[in-house]
Amino acid sequence: MSEESNVSKSKLHGLWALTNRELKKWYQAPFVFVMGIIQPILWLALLGKAMNIGAIFSSGALPPLPQLTPALTPSQLQVLGVYFAGMQKQIMTSTFGTADYFSFMAMSMVAFTTVFTTAFVGMSVVWDRRLGFMNKVLSTPVSRSAIILSKVFAASVRAMFQAAIVAAIAFALGLQTGSNFSVFSIFGIFAIVFLISVGLASMFTALTLRSTRMEMPQAIFQLITLPLMFASSAYFPINLMPNWLQAIASVNPISYTIDAVRRLMIFSDGFGPLPLDFAYVGIFTVVVTAICIVLSWRYLNK
Amino acid sequence: MSEDAIKAEGLTKIFNHGLVAVDHINFSVKHGEIFGFLGPNGAGKTTTINMLITIARPTEGKATILGSDIAKQSMAVRSSIGVVPQEYTADEDLTGYENILLCADLYGIPRSVSKKRAADLLNLVELTAFKDKRVQTFSGGMRRRLELACGLINRPKVLFLDEPTLGLDVQTRAATWNYVKMLKKEFGMTLFLTTHYLEEADALCDRIAIIDHGKIVVIGTPSELKDSLGGDIITLAIQKDEDITGLISKVEHVKEVKKENGSYMIKSSNGELTAPLIIEALRKNGHVVTRLSLTKPTLNEVYLLYTGKSMRDAEESREAVFQQRVAMRRSHA
Repeated sequence: MSEESNVSKSKLHGLWALTNRELKKWYQAPFVFVMGIIQPILWLALLGKAMNIGAIFSSGALPPLPQLTPALTPSQLQVLGVYFAGMQKQIMTSTFGTADYFSFMAMSMVAFTTVFTTAFVGMSVVWDRRLGFMNKVLSTPVSRSAIILSKVFAASVRAMFQAAIVAAIAFALGLQTGSNFSVFSIFGIFAIVFLISVGLASMFTALTLRSTRMEMPQAIFQLITLPLMFASSAYFPINLMPNWLQAIASVNPISYTIDAVRRLMIFSDGFGPLPLDFAYVGIFTVVVTAICIVLSWRYLNK
Repeated sequence: MSEDAIKAEGLTKIFNHGLVAVDHINFSVKHGEIFGFLGPNGAGKTTTINMLITIARPTEGKATILGSDIAKQSMAVRSSIGVVPQEYTADEDLTGYENILLCADLYGIPRSVSKKRAADLLNLVELTAFKDKRVQTFSGGMRRRLELACGLINRPKVLFLDEPTLGLDVQTRAATWNYVKMLKKEFGMTLFLTTHYLEEADALCDRIAIIDHGKIVVIGTPSELKDSLGGDIITLAIQKDEDITGLISKVEHVKEVKKENGSYMIKSSNGELTAPLIIEALRKNGHVVTRLSLTKPTLNEVYLLYTGKSMRDAEESREAVFQQRVAMRRSHA
């Protein structure tokens, strides 16, 4: 009765089918899909434009020049004006690597959208457990790693899509690219976003693998997101942070992702540590994904 | 190939919190047999199925399905079995057809084969007209049928059905019974099912194991189990107040006669044959029978005999079941 010859012996069969199922649920739900696009627009338009740090250095923010004797000639005033304007740009550039704070922050949003998108992969693990779908899949000859990787890959595809939307919106809102920017930067950004998404999705999955409670993924999201965001170079350069925070930020894989994205898009001083960024994020992802797969062998069963 | 389709030896599951859900059970299921696990909610039926379908690890003991060890050769077991779980597991956001194809992919069946099979199965469970509708629009009965179709996609040799008619209306239940019987008859499939409906076990199963508190209390065919009660019971009363015990006990097939409150309780190995014989014998001796009833034993009485409580009483201890479920959930949370 059974036709074993028909059955594929590949270790990862079912991976594509399960990934496809996750993606279908995503793009076939128009409301969720649109909300996912609106959210980064809000982040960029509200937060990105509200934190206008460049304006701090504008002439309007400074007290008027004291009266000097003899009075400055108009040409001297002009030189001085140019000097101060240059100083603003120089301080911004030496602090943020670009004169435009919006561009600085927009790039961290590109990287950070991966956290928001992958954080709730745990929800779908819990859902599948509650609805019995997980039991069904577990009783079929699909390897445990394929079950987990399907969640991870689907979340990563979504994260890459979201990151692309954020980047497009940033362009529309006046992103200033640096001299490092080229067509290859776009491939580079997709690559680093994919790497970090796989790592983060594996991390969030591993943390909720045993849970049947909906509160668990939410609690983990709230616990982890804030330190990931603020103990990184998302809003402020790491070298200006207090030492203890620098220590945390310098092991945070998000910092390296953000650095890579900025280096590819808005910096002008060469690629420098870009290979280090990729290596660090790559190692993080490989290690975390391996841990997650090993845990899935042990903990997916009852 | 081994002689038994399913064989369990000392199979035990103890959850982390010390709850013994299944306690050293032994049984075997022959090829092509419909084997039923009958017991109240919380008796350990689903836990046993979960171990056999390799999604829960046994704490002790072993079991084989078609000769493959459930713990050591789990992939081989998974490939050869089909599962129709208690819950509705189909993805509500996908259509019926997409769900069946997804199941096929999980077994690694190539699309060229699975499309044809999916169409056949949809036909079998009479869902062809609804195949492109999302499952969230399906009724309970349709979902059950879809689960059945998914469970058959890999053409399993052994099919597990966990409470296949739970929560179904009478009509759909009858239809499900027909599918189950058809699977055995047409495909020679071995079926393992759990139920807490006595009439379901009686109507479907070749053999039944009654399970209570994680232990198998008795195994046998439905008629063997009923016979173990000592046969049919005839109750009768006569006009005159006279002792006729001796007279009745001489009648063929009569095993025991008891007088209670003026009427006689007669145990017989064959009630239909005995009743007319008794009437005949009494008439010859000038007695007039005023009342007579014949009771065939039911599984409920079997259940009562072996577990010391009626199925209904067991069902009513819901609080206990609830506590047990909570403990089970915690131990794998």
